[in-house]
Amino acid sequence: MLNISGIREGYVLDHIKAGMSLKIYDYLKLGELEDGTTAIIMNARSNKMGKKDIIKVECPVDSIDLDILGYIDHNITVNIIKDDEIVEKRGLSLPHEIRNVIRCKNPRCITSVEQGLPQIFYLADEKNEVYRCRYCEEKYRGK
Amino acid sequence: MRHLMSPLDFTTDELYDLMRLADDIRENRQKYAKACEGKTLATCFYEPSTRTRLSFEAAMLNLGGNVLGFASADSSSAAKGESVSDTIRVISGYADICAIRHPKEGAPLVATSHSGIPVINAGDGGHQHPTQTLTDLYTIRSLRGEIGGLTIGLCGDLKFGRTVHSLINALVRYPDIRFILISPPELVVPSYIRDDVLTARGIPFTEVKSLEDAMPELDILYMTRVQRERFFNEEDYIRMKDFYILDKSKMELARENMLVLHPLPRVNEISVEVDEDPRAAYFTQAHNGVFIRMALILTLLKEAGTL
Repeated sequence: MLNISGIREGYVLDHIKAGMSLKIYDYLKLGELEDGTTAIIMNARSNKMGKKDIIKVECPVDSIDLDILGYIDHNITVNIIKDDEIVEKRGLSLPHEIRNVIRCKNPRCITSVEQGLPQIFYLADEKNEVYRCRYCEEKYRGK
Repeated sequence: MRHLMSPLDFTTDELYDLMRLADDIRENRQKYAKACEGKTLATCFYEPSTRTRLSFEAAMLNLGGNVLGFASADSSSAAKGESVSDTIRVISGYADICAIRHPKEGAPLVATSHSGIPVINAGDGGHQHPTQTLTDLYTIRSLRGEIGGLTIGLCGDLKFGRTVHSLINALVRYPDIRFILISPPELVVPSYIRDDVLTARGIPFTEVKSLEDAMPELDILYMTRVQRERFFNEEDYIRMKDFYILDKSKMELARENMLVLHPLPRVNEISVEVDEDPRAAYFTQAHNGVFIRMALILTLLKEAGTL
């Protein structure tokens, strides 16, 4: 059994769909954390999911924007740790706006040519989890 | 600062006020001849246009204002790589209001983020063309008395035709509207119109391929051109361009009071023999575009506190 020690302050992201953890590592820009250590556990056994990934991040709380997690998979469990204790289990919901995380793939969109433009998507249909580019309204299909 | 990016930026009540103002302008031209004296409209057209640009320019000149601008990306700093954001920052110091056409979808919206003057979307790629929609709505209201209780056939390039997208978005706000969407399978309306607008709002619509079958049911037939500039592949364009041609024989299938509208320019999709038919309203529609743009310019300048 692989053993990774607990963390003093930071996050434990549990119940990540197996294989998704590296994508989440990129989306959350964990590699750019100045004051943080990340452990990625892949294909851990799970009674609920069969196999799952887990990410543990030792970092000051509130140094990561977790809104995007709701977009990636709102079934992920977010545990917030302080002084070695779980102080909060945060539920996830679909963010109303996603900024500079995903890119518009429509070649006719202004974002394909205009430099310095933020990539903004808005939640167009919550039921079907549809996001559209704020500029050209094209549906995002890359998820 | 109020801009016009989509026809939905105005409520139906505000559109009604705009149309009443356009009526007043049409009937009392002299009353408005100096309404914008000393004010300047910039027409920033990054892709070619005849009607829309001249219509905007005619509108401002009829109001006693001035016009400046460029008519293609080649004749502007865009050819040197200048961004839309920088261009509008500069234009804001030269003019009081700006109409912008751009081949990239969302470009006018980018302009609004950096503009100190009202911006009007004069067409952005295959996305929106709100002033054409105002013209279409104004023409329907002028010729039918009201907007509502209509079966509207949209025919041709429903995929890239921005006038179609804008018009559907605007018409679904009126009562008892039904659509018959007539297009080849390759040029059907995009999902953000079919799913998010029509289906989501429970608007009755059918998608068909045959214009002849649809004709007897229509109150309005809105023809569109298959646009060469929207295709990445010339072969696809040639295969699609003459898919629908409205001629006398097809007009015989239509109701006596059906109206034929077209945003123009037409290529082959309406035979010239149809021009003499009293139901052909597309040239009236083009003329109406000047009055509704005059009303729009006046309204936006007033709201910006410029007038």
